[in-house]
Amino acid sequence: MKAHGIVHKYGDNVDTDVIIPARYLNSSDGMELAKYCMEDIDKDFATRVKKGDIIVANKNFGCGSSREHAPLAIKCAGISCVIAETFARIFYRNAINIGLPIIECKEAAKGIEAGDEVEIDYDSGMIYNKTKGTSFQGQAFPEFMQRIIQSEGLINYINNK
Amino acid sequence: MGMTMTQKILAAHAGLDCVVAGQLIEADLDLVLANDITGPVAIHEIEKLNKKTVFDKDKIALVPDHFTPNKDIKSAEHCKCVREFAKEHDITNYFEIGEMGIEHALLPEKGLIVAGETCIGADSHTCTYGALGAFSTGVGSTDMGAGMITGKAWFKVPSAIKFNIIGKMNPWVSGKDVILHIIGMIGVDGALYKSMEFVGEGIKNLSMDDRFTIANMAIEAGAKNGIFPVDELTISYMKEHSKKEYTIYEADEDAQYDETYTIDLSALECTIAFPHLPENTKTVANAGEIKIDQVVIGSCTNGRISDLRAAAKVFEGHHVAKGMRVIVFPATQAIYLQAIEEGLIQTFIKAGAVVSTPTCGPCLGGHMGILAAGERAVSTTNRNFVGRMGHVESEVYLASPAVAAASAITGKISQPSDIGL
Ligand code: SF4
Repeated sequence: MKAHGIVHKYGDNVDTDVIIPARYLNSSDGMELAKYCMEDIDKDFATRVKKGDIIVANKNFGCGSSREHAPLAIKCAGISCVIAETFARIFYRNAINIGLPIIECKEAAKGIEAGDEVEIDYDSGMIYNKTKGTSFQGQAFPEFMQRIIQSEGLINYINNK
Repeated sequence: MGMTMTQKILAAHAGLDCVVAGQLIEADLDLVLANDITGPVAIHEIEKLNKKTVFDKDKIALVPDHFTPNKDIKSAEHCKCVREFAKEHDITNYFEIGEMGIEHALLPEKGLIVAGETCIGADSHTCTYGALGAFSTGVGSTDMGAGMITGKAWFKVPSAIKFNIIGKMNPWVSGKDVILHIIGMIGVDGALYKSMEFVGEGIKNLSMDDRFTIANMAIEAGAKNGIFPVDELTISYMKEHSKKEYTIYEADEDAQYDETYTIDLSALECTIAFPHLPENTKTVANAGEIKIDQVVIGSCTNGRISDLRAAAKVFEGHHVAKGMRVIVFPATQAIYLQAIEEGLIQTFIKAGAVVSTPTCGPCLGGHMGILAAGERAVSTTNRNFVGRMGHVESEVYLASPAVAAASAITGKISQPSDIGL
């Protein structure tokens, strides 16, 4: 499994309220939520983002409420993977459970800038910055987790088993 | 490389010889818990599954405790959903009104969880059972729903912070003061993702109830779980409450810890957390003159029998201050009954307190004790976030039962020594 795309870069403590503001939570339709993804921190993210793009952020990405809408909005916006120094614990679980791959890698978070072209190999956990010609060792996903992601989430994964 | 106590339990449940911090594993579950708020959401997730039969009807606990006895029609519908699911799947451990209690006091009391087991619950204070030497942690509803069907959950193996407990507590100092002190020291994200492992010779001076209180609030430091070693006290508690077989895991000598702190119990004083975060701690002696309107004694943190005994001992021969509202809510029916038999309930009522049936009620601003704008409460619960107990302009101060009772008597934040105890 691989991801490949252009990077959108953010700082520390991107919380679930900026990922998807509470005013849009009356919908749980991912495609609808995706229209407003990151609206309060990056106004034209939803129009700029292309399928396969990658989000890179610093510390504690996804902190705040436990809403599963947040990773869902990111995923439906077309983001293939989120790389951060660290993630908030419940966001981490929710992301995997809805089938959004996320990788913790401090070096990559520091060594990748907005607009860089990045490729990720989930089997080896390698992150390649094609623009800068650098690479970083992130954590490889164990097989069961790759299968959850390939199944687009925990519920489908269980159904497919 | 050596493993922590938590890592050993996780390795055993993942069928692995060794795990390291950060590793992603899939582990077998011994217990899966939901309540009347999170249960219906998980049940809704299960409806999307092809396989709708639960993995083991004896290993699921459903405890309607948050808005029960049903506070309104919506909560009645939620409880109905959980009740019907329990009936349909023949769930052994569904607790109806009359048998129920606050989940995190009830499950250990009913012997549903013992040392060495793994448990997930769709409730953040599921970490309470670490007091028994089990791995238990709070999760979301999708995890919980999947756990009920598959009997498995995935985990990222946590690293750990070691708390070396030494010494013995002074009179009127309790487990609540210990954990408030620790959270004040490391902050509400001080243990983010991590295990809090409590070790040291001072543990023997902590009662089981103290340990439950401490493990309960591990989440308030951001921890994934809090865990205590198993000693004779744990074993006698488990023998009294459970028929299940337990397994004792100990951390390896060369286990790695991110940090180590030493906590000298003899140096601790009665402690209180100011609004609006559990980390805003002060000693009661340094709290200053703060008038209060309400006192709440109970919850999964401090609604156990020794909590009620401590409060009753302070109330004995005293009356609550004029205009003060005091609500005592024992955590389970068994605790309630024992408090009646010991005469504690009489003491509360004579002192001017009301006593409620077991419920989460006031703890989460649900019902039975909501605060109005500008009101202040001293509460033995675990969270004092903005609006936790009612109006966004109300305030909650977190403290032990002894401090709560003393404050009820004087009408301002106080400790037992302030009323000559
Ligand atoms: S008593 Fe309070 S903290 Fe404990 S389970 Fe109930 S609502 Fe949650």
